[in-house]
Amino acid sequence: MTRQDKITRAFKQVGTRPPRPDGIDKVTGRAMYGADMTAPGMLWGKVLRSPHAHARIRSIDTSAAEALEGVKAVVTGADFTLPEDDFYRDVAVNCMAQDAALYDGHAVAAVAAVSEAVAKAALKLIKVEYEVLPHVIDVDAAMTTGAPVVQPGRAYENVPEGMSENVTSHCEFGHGDLAAGFAKADVIVERSFRTAATHQGYIEPHACLASMGGDGRADLWCCTQGQFHVREVCAEILGMESSQLRVTASEIGGGFGGKTTVFIEPVALALSRKAGRPVKIVMKRDEVFRATGPTVHSSIDVKIGMTRDGRITAGEAHLRYSGGAFPCGTVDMGAQSAFAAYDLDAVRTFGWNAMTNRPKEAAYRAPGAPQAIYAVESVVDELCQKLGLDPLDVRILNAARKGTKSAYGPTFDEIGLLATLEAAKAHPHYTAPLGPNQGRGLSCGFWFNFGGNTCVTMNLAFDGTVTITEGNPDIGGSRASISLMAAEELGIPYDKVRTIVADTASIGHNDITDGSRVTFSVGLAAIEAARDAIAKMCARVAKIWGIDPDAVEWKDGAVHPSGPNAGKFPPMTLAEIAATSPNTGGPIAGHYEVNADGAGVSFGVHLVDVEVDPETGATKVLRYTVFQDAGKAVHPDYVEGQMQGGAVQGIGWALNEEYIYGEDGRLQNPGFLDYRVPVASDLPEIETVILEIPNPGHPYGVRGVGETPIVPPLAAISNAVSRAAGVRLTELPMSPPRILKALSAQG
Amino acid sequence: MKTIPVSTRVNGDSVEFLCAPEETLLDALRNRLGLTGAKEGCGSGDCGACSVLVDGRLVCACLVLAAEAEGAEIATVEGMAEGERLHPLQRHFIDSAALQCGVCTPGILVAAKALLDHNPDPSDEEVRYWLAGNLCRCTGYDKIVRAVQSAAAEMRGA
Ligand code: FES
Ligand code: FES
Repeated sequence: MTRQDKITRAFKQVGTRPPRPDGIDKVTGRAMYGADMTAPGMLWGKVLRSPHAHARIRSIDTSAAEALEGVKAVVTGADFTLPEDDFYRDVAVNCMAQDAALYDGHAVAAVAAVSEAVAKAALKLIKVEYEVLPHVIDVDAAMTTGAPVVQPGRAYENVPEGMSENVTSHCEFGHGDLAAGFAKADVIVERSFRTAATHQGYIEPHACLASMGGDGRADLWCCTQGQFHVREVCAEILGMESSQLRVTASEIGGGFGGKTTVFIEPVALALSRKAGRPVKIVMKRDEVFRATGPTVHSSIDVKIGMTRDGRITAGEAHLRYSGGAFPCGTVDMGAQSAFAAYDLDAVRTFGWNAMTNRPKEAAYRAPGAPQAIYAVESVVDELCQKLGLDPLDVRILNAARKGTKSAYGPTFDEIGLLATLEAAKAHPHYTAPLGPNQGRGLSCGFWFNFGGNTCVTMNLAFDGTVTITEGNPDIGGSRASISLMAAEELGIPYDKVRTIVADTASIGHNDITDGSRVTFSVGLAAIEAARDAIAKMCARVAKIWGIDPDAVEWKDGAVHPSGPNAGKFPPMTLAEIAATSPNTGGPIAGHYEVNADGAGVSFGVHLVDVEVDPETGATKVLRYTVFQDAGKAVHPDYVEGQMQGGAVQGIGWALNEEYIYGEDGRLQNPGFLDYRVPVASDLPEIETVILEIPNPGHPYGVRGVGETPIVPPLAAISNAVSRAAGVRLTELPMSPPRILKALSAQG
Repeated sequence: MKTIPVSTRVNGDSVEFLCAPEETLLDALRNRLGLTGAKEGCGSGDCGACSVLVDGRLVCACLVLAAEAEGAEIATVEGMAEGERLHPLQRHFIDSAALQCGVCTPGILVAAKALLDHNPDPSDEEVRYWLAGNLCRCTGYDKIVRAVQSAAAEMRGA
């Protein structure tokens, strides 16, 4: 994409709030989600899961299950040929254990039967002989030499000899002279932090319906953030050619990153292949918690030096993350984002990933960043307290801006951090009075954002309406935003454009709905596809008028003659061009394919007021305001929705969500009752302030907004609680018992 | 396994079906009657995605046995609109962007309707407490509360 230096365009439709096109389906119950699809002759699949945190699988006897009436197929690890490539092999092993169960909930076998009840009964008949092995759940414990080894031989070359075999990778980022930086500081604070693993907590459990014919061709319908990725991974695991597998994404009931991989899809395909009938698998909630992606859990040390007047002289962080029972690169993103909000002369971050007997990590909004930034922003706040400085002023003083060499390497282009901080400072929330036991906290947040492979087609119907065919599931109103951008570019009303999410056989590859990429990349591609169609329309009209294609121009949804020699013709509208297209060369379509870069990093600032009850340790969130740069808010309702939803997920993470394991290594809270996500009555209004600092990498200035909002709440709330309670909290979640403990330790 | 015959009314239509003794109303609605509007988010009464009305009472269909529907009047999200005419709650949910993924929406609409049926003018706090049994992971609830309030205002003729 070429760089857009000044985006001065006056938008007619972008920035308005029309109803979303899938709204009626979703308020009437007509929308089809993962579990809502059925097929004739369909069987029900169920998965047997390990009750042990770590065990060798000596043998699996499926004969009794196979003999049960109504059972049509049973599969185990032996039914999958393992891909060579580490990435695919890990996904395959996570979907179905091979010789060892690596965590409580790891799939070990699956059945397909005529009903759910028969499938359930069959699971009970499968005999698995386990040899229970010692397990390790905590990242620091996993890193000590002599810890039980989750998987041997998985360390990358950059891990020094002599470390625990669980340590799989190491990374390091930063620049400048740390020792010199710390020497310049008036105050240095060094703290250690811990964050629990949390789950994305989408309300829709994973679900899929697979149908494979005797010819090896298959169809798969599933709830996913990326049907193309599902196709590639499943094809790899099942030894198929990608083109023989068509994947259709259902409506998706939340993902937040957690539906960027596969769990049951290859299993359903394998069962269908064996049974010769369609197989549906729908996870139960406890399976979602036990076997699908939580975040990493972390242990982090941060050291920051500051001068008396608030300039940060050096920052250093050591991050230890565990992404569960497999190697995991999320710590790299934590190490890169930790200090992203600051303009520093000396900064260094070091990251380590260690395996533990927990489920394989899956992305959750800005994966890796919330933990790292929580630790850094907590220390910055403590320094402000120690030096009696205003925490917003200190952030403004040290803020990264255009031209800053970021802590992770690249030099920033136009970024909205400073504007966002200044908006927070000017907001009445920042100076509102606080009562007893109340505190105010704030934190910056950051995310890289992503572009990626994108392919969009725009077709003009003869009646002058337009279909956009794209390949990314609509996870929070993206059809509306993409239709808006296409309508804007074409100069036709929003309701003349319909955006549909196509299956993998109907459009070229599109990367997963992740990295906050869809409004940015798919929007960009839709605009460019519109431009392609416009060029074709211009050529058609020039031909009709018998003039040079350069002598026409596109304006307000019509082709006009332009320039001194064009002659006089009444403009031809898109509808007229479409209607006559059979006589001027056939149907008209626009296309665009790109591997988009220029996504433009995203910054946000959150302000929160809390009240801590000194008797119970309970925290109530009283007021919450989100400030974020959206580049250009295409549909502001859904931008606000991302900001509010992300903030509330962060509130849950800060205050009560966590994976709790027993001594036996089993997950103790695999349900919504004990893994409590925030409910309506826990929360105040979530106020939002959208800043628009155009992203030069997008024709309309758009930046992704979906991930950044989960980053600041952790530190913002921890800082507010620490100020309210008069004691620094360093562990998440800040559940009432933890706060009470901190209060009593302080005396 | 013995099946149980059930005759009931769903969204005003009489319906008969056979079910297993341990089968939930949610499974019967979804798998036997093809009414997939109510969703299973947890199966344990913790998320409210399966909310329906049984004889006007708001329940989690995952906690009710299908056999208990005998002789009852069931209302699901599929019955909220009258033909093309959306219920004001449905309209305001779209207009106020009170849904992102939309999977919680059927349950929340049914629950909100039950609230407004007996309390046409709730405070924000009452809306928040009433909906505390309906999880939404996408929206942070802000726009949901506003949508319920604007629908309530319209229904009161305000
Ligand atoms: S599915 Fe019934 S309450 Fe969650
Ligand atoms: S809109 Fe997704 S759970 Fe509520």
